[in-house]
Amino acid sequence: MPDLAIQIEDEALRDVGLLPFGTGKTLVIACGALAREILAIIDANRLGHLTLTCLPAILHNTPKDIPQAVENAIKKNAGDFDHFVVAYGDCGTGGLLQSTCDRLGATLIASPHCYAFFDGTDQFLARDEVTRFYLTDFLARQFDAFVWKPLGLDRYPDLRDMYFGNYEALVYLSQTEDAELLVKAKDCADRLGLDFEHRHTGYGDLNTFLNTAP
Amino acid sequence: MSDQGDDLVLSELNDSELVEQMMDDLYDGLKDEIVEAVTILLDRGWVPYDILTKSLVLGMQIVGDDFRDGILFVPEVLRSAQAMKGGMAILKPLLVETGAPKMGKMVIGTVKGDIHDIGKNLVAMMMEGAGFEVIDLGINNPAEDYINTAIAEDCDIIGMSALLTTTMPYMKVVIDQLTEMGKRQDYIVLVGGAPLNEEFGKAIGADAYCDDAAIAVETAKSMIARRHNQA
Repeated sequence: MPDLAIQIEDEALRDVGLLPFGTGKTLVIACGALAREILAIIDANRLGHLTLTCLPAILHNTPKDIPQAVENAIKKNAGDFDHFVVAYGDCGTGGLLQSTCDRLGATLIASPHCYAFFDGTDQFLARDEVTRFYLTDFLARQFDAFVWKPLGLDRYPDLRDMYFGNYEALVYLSQTEDAELLVKAKDCADRLGLDFEHRHTGYGDLNTFLNTAP
Repeated sequence: MSDQGDDLVLSELNDSELVEQMMDDLYDGLKDEIVEAVTILLDRGWVPYDILTKSLVLGMQIVGDDFRDGILFVPEVLRSAQAMKGGMAILKPLLVETGAPKMGKMVIGTVKGDIHDIGKNLVAMMMEGAGFEVIDLGINNPAEDYINTAIAEDCDIIGMSALLTTTMPYMKVVIDQLTEMGKRQDYIVLVGGAPLNEEFGKAIGADAYCDDAAIAVETAKSMIARRHNQA
């Protein structure tokens, strides 16, 4: 499999997603924010039975649209694959994504968010860090598009404390070791007026999920 | 919304022009202008309740409608809310002094484990604007905070807010505890927050799920009226 991960642009993953890539009979329907990580796992573990398609990562900001988008992707590809696995957490859908997957016979990662399964869901929940705001590699790279601009902080910086006043720290959960990205994540924390923490998680539960996919 | 020039002097506008301008300024999130206009109307002898209902609340209704229609987004709504808050800060003590009509009493807060209070703050402000007395517990509240306050303050409504899928189930803990205490029927329980939906509200035994602040106000008003009719 060619190294697509280095060819795809974050902007395309954010706004458009990714058309099915691969020849496997199991379709992984994922958030665009996970494309690079999933392709890296597929490549490292030689999971040739998996084909990846991504929905636009910007759905992260309108979670109510995610279940329908996943349903559409499953229905669109129904005739071409034997199995569907959905690489999302609940992602703020309030359980609706799980219901959709159950109804359509697809497997979903049992986790509230991508940052939770990168951290390891059980560990993440046990930490109970209610005053932490999380970034992954993708979200650190796309901080302006996913956080700063949608919250209007580019236009109204005085709103910052209305959004983040109850938070204490930004936690950067890194999937790769990238010194530049580490600096960028620290800058994101500074811009939000939060303390900075860094944990290198690697791929966490996403690795297990894909390695056990049918 | 407005094309207010830099040279517009609020004090030179007549009352109806000023009220119209206030709605524009609220829409545009101009807090200083709202504070100034409220002060002008008070100086002209306006009753605080009239300033609230005929300018600020009407203005926020337009903001709420445009938010629901996808014309305005969260940052703009927050700017409008900040502006309204500026006006409310002046009016609130005066409303108490002048005996403005009271719709009912509500205790509100985000549930245990949840620190996201933007929605809750908007609801609290809009409820106050609609004539409800609001006791705001702030963030991260265990069941006993809601229940003890509701009992001690003789509230009509308990409002719970959550932004996280992981915290929204706690709303059921509060409702179950109320039920165990034999007090569930004493209160109207309203729930809201981005990951919730009507189905969830029903499943946990809330009286209503409210999709936004304006709906919360309308729901509270109609449920309070229904209660009064049954009494």
